[in-house]
Amino acid sequence: MKELAFDAVVIGGGAAGMAAALELRSSGRSAAIVEREERLGGILAQCIHTGFGLIEFDEELSGPEFAERFEERVAPAGIEAFCGCTVLELDVEGEQKTVTCVSRSEGVMRLRARAVILAMGCRERNRGNVRIPGSRPAGVFTAGLAQRLVNVEGYVPGRDVVVIGSGDIGLIMARRMSWIGCKVHAVVEILPYPSGLTRNIVQCLRDFGIPLYLSHLTTDIFGRDRVEGIEVAPIENGALMTEKAFKIPCDTVLLSVGLVPENELSRMAGVSINPMTNGPWADSFLMTSVSGVFACGNVLHVHDLVDYVVEEARRAGRFAAAWLGGERPKRELRVKAGPNVRYVAPSRVEPGRDNKLYLRTMIVRNDAVLEARIDGKVLCSIKKNHVQPSEMITLSLGAAELGAIAGTPDATVEISIQ
Amino acid sequence: MGARAVGPDNTYDVAIVGAGVCGASIARKLSSYDLDVALLEKEADVSFGVSKANSGIVHGGFHHNSKYLKARLEIRGALMFDRLKAELGFPFVRCGIVVVALHEDEMRAIEQLYARGVENGVIGIEMCSGQRMLELEPKLSRDAIGGLYAPGGGIVEPYRFVFSLVESAVKNGVELLTGWKVAAARRESGPGEGAWSVEAEDGRSLRARYVVNCAGLFADEVSGIFGAEDYKIEGRKGQYYLLDKLTRSRPRRVVFPVPTSVSKGMLVVPTVEGTVLIGPSANPIVDKEDRSTTREELETIIRSARNMIPDVSEADVITSFAGIRPALGEDYYIDVSAKAPAFVQVAGIQSPGLTASPAIGEYVKDLLKRAGLILVEKPDWDPCIEASPRARELSPFELDELIAKDDAYGEIVCRCERVSEAEIVAAIRRGHTTLDGIKYFTRAQMGRCQGGFCTYKILKILMRETGMGRDEITKHGGASTLLRGEL
Repeated sequence: MKELAFDAVVIGGGAAGMAAALELRSSGRSAAIVEREERLGGILAQCIHTGFGLIEFDEELSGPEFAERFEERVAPAGIEAFCGCTVLELDVEGEQKTVTCVSRSEGVMRLRARAVILAMGCRERNRGNVRIPGSRPAGVFTAGLAQRLVNVEGYVPGRDVVVIGSGDIGLIMARRMSWIGCKVHAVVEILPYPSGLTRNIVQCLRDFGIPLYLSHLTTDIFGRDRVEGIEVAPIENGALMTEKAFKIPCDTVLLSVGLVPENELSRMAGVSINPMTNGPWADSFLMTSVSGVFACGNVLHVHDLVDYVVEEARRAGRFAAAWLGGERPKRELRVKAGPNVRYVAPSRVEPGRDNKLYLRTMIVRNDAVLEARIDGKVLCSIKKNHVQPSEMITLSLGAAELGAIAGTPDATVEISIQ
Repeated sequence: MGARAVGPDNTYDVAIVGAGVCGASIARKLSSYDLDVALLEKEADVSFGVSKANSGIVHGGFHHNSKYLKARLEIRGALMFDRLKAELGFPFVRCGIVVVALHEDEMRAIEQLYARGVENGVIGIEMCSGQRMLELEPKLSRDAIGGLYAPGGGIVEPYRFVFSLVESAVKNGVELLTGWKVAAARRESGPGEGAWSVEAEDGRSLRARYVVNCAGLFADEVSGIFGAEDYKIEGRKGQYYLLDKLTRSRPRRVVFPVPTSVSKGMLVVPTVEGTVLIGPSANPIVDKEDRSTTREELETIIRSARNMIPDVSEADVITSFAGIRPALGEDYYIDVSAKAPAFVQVAGIQSPGLTASPAIGEYVKDLLKRAGLILVEKPDWDPCIEASPRARELSPFELDELIAKDDAYGEIVCRCERVSEAEIVAAIRRGHTTLDGIKYFTRAQMGRCQGGFCTYKILKILMRETGMGRDEITKHGGASTLLRGEL
């Protein structure tokens, strides 16, 4: 069995994994990427629409183009990328961690490293996760699987489509299916507001005249062999109006009902998971509850733009390199999700430097105020024209802001939206 | 060995209608004798009816009074599983069964179950205090006041069990004919004792001297086609939830509530493969193909399971499904027909049918013998089938050695259940050429992503291995095609 040693092993070769590994290398650390697909790039490979890179490159790129900008730097940087390679076990006991992985070409390998960066991304919630009842015919796909079938494999999964859930991939796929000549009859969303980005509602649904049913629950899926239709019912004032239920005939159902960070490997390695994000709890170094194990990208929390993913991943790479060099946070303050905030990642800040936080709200509101406080004292207060759960919010807490207030040793920074 | 050339005019000694767990058990039993046997299945693959969706329990022998044939077959069948596992290698564990009483009045029922178990000769059965129950099953609710423990009860993957029985039967000469739906039959008086001439819906036909009706939900229809007894199989639907392997609710043993007069109740089952199954509900249905689930029933299942094991959570649900049991009166109907010649009825095999099935195989063999079938043991009958290695069951060293021989074991196709390409290929080469067939054989698409990541990979392997076109790929045969065209 082959054994190799690196300073750090990055699990996952999507945007996050590549960005983190490149950052490790530019800090002079050796790094390997373990990627289960045949090539680097992760889910970007099937995202052939544009809209990627506006922040990162100030350009509008397609997913594959965005991935390529990182991929082409990996080998020249001297990063060892093992593709078609699946991690079997992650052993984080002790100083040297062991990543046991398997591939067709290498067989089973053991990669040893002092630091591990988790960058496994997320997966789509499926029908069972959201408990849509009914029969189980062919023709029910997650939107991402349909995207793969259409954009990479060149197959048409169905002709008459209903999208359940209004997540971004579902919206993108509603447009994509329309483009290839299919009829998209409806997008059905259980919540009173869309789960996807506003720009996707406009560009993917309104521009194509696809009806969006908000506050509607899917109560049944029909068909023995192939999907024949679904039944939906409106939710009014919190009550399901079964007498107002109606059927939408279709041969295909695409599900876009949320994404879940893929932390099974992390869990098995003993990493503590934040139930609000389904991602690891992370400190101000983006380090998880296990010393030397870092996390970034969609495995930490689900981002809405890949630009934010790579920004966070670069920080993780930088922190991991610093940690390998013996650096540790000098002092950390706990970060707490306050009123109307679903989560904040990471959940620690270091007062002596600049900290970047990503957060999501639980409410839809115009003219909102984002506030950070320590023990009731306001650190910063920022006006927001509009907030909604689907749009991630960025907050920078600088050394100046955090240092200006001398809190007690166990002070907590509370982030709220009012 | 493979299928043998049958006699003149495509004549078999025995045709078994239905390749569920009963048909498969009977076929395997008969494969040990010098006979030409055909196993007919209307679906695209075996185990696609009643046998694919049930609790997968090897029962404890205490639920039914031994005055019933089903109880006697259950007790005998249960004892046969260890040997079958050794020969066939399907997933089976004797994890034990507990029946939990949550109220004082339920202890009366526990006493009755205990007495029945003792009477039925169940080994090691035990009446338990609340404290003993929690010791046996720490996940139980603190409300448990006592219960019953049957250490011999176990869990089995039902479709894998059927697959391996059929594989063994075919290896020993049984001919499996899928997509073969019996449409017509008539008795011909030929040379000697005569034979049945049987026609399939698609025009295929065969002759068989004896016919065994194991058609499950449709045994009544098949009985009618052969001019045998008139009866009506009622469908009873059971809905289930499947929970992720990482659920905190996984018990060590199968957890039963105290049964009611009509049902054994909703269970919490730690499946052999690490997931947790909760259910089933029990509702009579009209349409015997209606395997839909409903919101109300599923909510009831969660509530009921949580009463026994409070850690059961909706958040762990990865899928729901329904199975249909064929109900026909109080007991099984296994007998030689009094109306149609050389025709054996195996009907109404609801719970504990899976447990009883190996004994049903023997029982039907004896019935056929009494009806005149001559049984001569084959000297070269091989009870064992070749083990099919599974990446998830191997240590890293074992897996590495295997990859050196076949590198397709290094290609993990299904990440959730850790299924390699070699296992997908093994399934296809054994004749499982639908997505569901591959799922049941390998577990790929059965884990937490439910095929979100691996379906397109399986499609490609399936097309490569079989030469099927994209419009021939189905979920479960028939019109369940997956794709509707190309760009």
